[in-house]
Amino acid sequence: MNNQDIASIRGIIRGNRRWDLIFAVAGFLALTVGVLAFVTLFGQMVINGWERLNPDFFTSFPSRRAANAGILSAWVGSLLVMLVTALSAVPLGVAAGVYLEEYAPKNLVTDIIEINVTNLAGVPSIVYGLLALGVFVYMFGFGQSVLTAGLTLGLLILPVIIVATREALRAIPVHVREGAYGCGATQWQVVSDHLVPYATPGIMTGVIIGLSRAIGETAPIITIGALTFIAFLPASPISSTAPFINFDWLWSGFTVMPIQMFNWTSRPEEAFQQNAAAAGLILVLMTLLMNALAIWLRYRLRKSIAW
Amino acid sequence: MKRTVLASAFLALAATSVQAESLVKVDGSSTVYPVTEAVAEDFQKSVKGEIKVTVGISGTGGGFKKFCRGEIDVANASRPILKKEMEDCAKEGITYYELPVAFDALTVVVNPNSKITQLSVAQLKKMWEPDAQGKVSNWNQVDPSFPDAPLNLFGAGSDSGTFDYFTEAINGKSKASRGDYTASEDDNVLVQGVSRDVNAIGYFGYAYYAENQGKLKAVAIVNAKGDAVLPSEKSVIDGSYNPLARPIFIYVSAKALERAEVRQFVDFYMKNAPALTSEVKYVPLPAKAYEANMEHMKSKKLGTVFGGHADVGVTIEELISREAKL
Repeated sequence: MNNQDIASIRGIIRGNRRWDLIFAVAGFLALTVGVLAFVTLFGQMVINGWERLNPDFFTSFPSRRAANAGILSAWVGSLLVMLVTALSAVPLGVAAGVYLEEYAPKNLVTDIIEINVTNLAGVPSIVYGLLALGVFVYMFGFGQSVLTAGLTLGLLILPVIIVATREALRAIPVHVREGAYGCGATQWQVVSDHLVPYATPGIMTGVIIGLSRAIGETAPIITIGALTFIAFLPASPISSTAPFINFDWLWSGFTVMPIQMFNWTSRPEEAFQQNAAAAGLILVLMTLLMNALAIWLRYRLRKSIAW
Repeated sequence: MKRTVLASAFLALAATSVQAESLVKVDGSSTVYPVTEAVAEDFQKSVKGEIKVTVGISGTGGGFKKFCRGEIDVANASRPILKKEMEDCAKEGITYYELPVAFDALTVVVNPNSKITQLSVAQLKKMWEPDAQGKVSNWNQVDPSFPDAPLNLFGAGSDSGTFDYFTEAINGKSKASRGDYTASEDDNVLVQGVSRDVNAIGYFGYAYYAENQGKLKAVAIVNAKGDAVLPSEKSVIDGSYNPLARPIFIYVSAKALERAEVRQFVDFYMKNAPALTSEVKYVPLPAKAYEANMEHMKSKKLGTVFGGHADVGVTIEELISREAKL
């Protein structure tokens, strides 16, 4: 091999290496766009809304005077709706996921169901709102209540939880299943003692992604008829007299954070824009908090699993 | 087994506890919302929270739909009830009182540096009529004395009652408008647009102008008598600011009004509307209009005085004296 050949080979290598650099730069720029956009948005909310973030903001009802207006009914509403959403969607979603992955026979029908579940995850949220308006509000007569909103958002995130459950189950090594069956365990014992506990971290991730999506949803909530001005809280779920818990809050009217924000942004007074920014900041923090909780839970649960 | 019994017991408990509490439900127009919200806020304080009031925003049309199904007690409306909605209410046996509560003065605004100070309805029509689409794009096409500069239009989106009223008043037909302009349902977007563009012109509710007077200039509108009049509380009340001033309403279900809490709320509304409408930058009606509202409820003057279509430039005196029908 003469010098000329070596030089030309080095040339080829240099040329190919250049692509490494070009892609690294392009990838970095792509990342910057996303990060910068978020930082700008978040920064602007902090700057605009910072002044309004005091304890009163969390304990006041909406008001025509921007300085007195707060998000009490909105954050309580959001919290209660999320509670119903989680309680309805998690058991249904996990059960459906386990069935599809572990019990369902592999045939055309289950294939069709699978495709549908995946597609449902991409259906625009307003469609769920319309469905809920017909089914929950009018057919079942639940009215414009916390229950309706929670179930609607539950439906919305059901596909996310089903898909996450299945992914988590699939990630469990086959030898865990086979080992358990080999010891004579029934399918139910395998599922309840091994598969679901091991899949929990993955399922949690799906649940939190779902809830984070649900908490910011506005369209389906408006469709079912959430209120804008509500200056009282739903009845407390815990009471001092027997039977100690009550479910009146499920039937109460409500508003949620995104609706409160939207209402404030469309006000003529400048001061309401500050309120909107502050409410937005709280909403982002609520989502971040939920994500942090998920990561922490996942970490803790993963630590206790040893295959 | 035990668990399922318990669970169904809870469900039954939950289902039976939908109790009749003192609740007044209001829904409808976003234009009327600030007024009703202010009233609801003060009312709840005055009764120490014993009567609860909720206010939703589902638009005038959406509000009437719920109202005529009997789901709400009071409907906020930025325009009179339409024929179709009257029929829906009649079908369900819902009768109602039509109570004007304030004026909204649609305000035509330009940039503070603009040379335009007044416009006639005919000139506005030249800018906004459907035929102007793609053709009228320079100020001097509207009037030769206007500057040779591009005409940048900002207006309400087609879902708003503001759009319905403006098109009715200027172009003679509701919803008839050119489509090639910057449209937004969010009036703050329009405020921003006009305040940054010396060649811009836009329209929206008076409250948005009042709140942004430093950034905008209101245009005087030449009325039927030939006077150029700026929007103000005085000119709206005396009727000289026309045709862009319109009354806004609440509709109260007669059946709901039999309930003490609804009655109390509506009475409070009429008594406190003058002060509260001014506070939220709307123009209050003359005092006698609110008295007339109370009188109409006492004498059971049910129905609408519009007969199912929106009239432009009706004075409040005329509204009070007209015969109502269901």
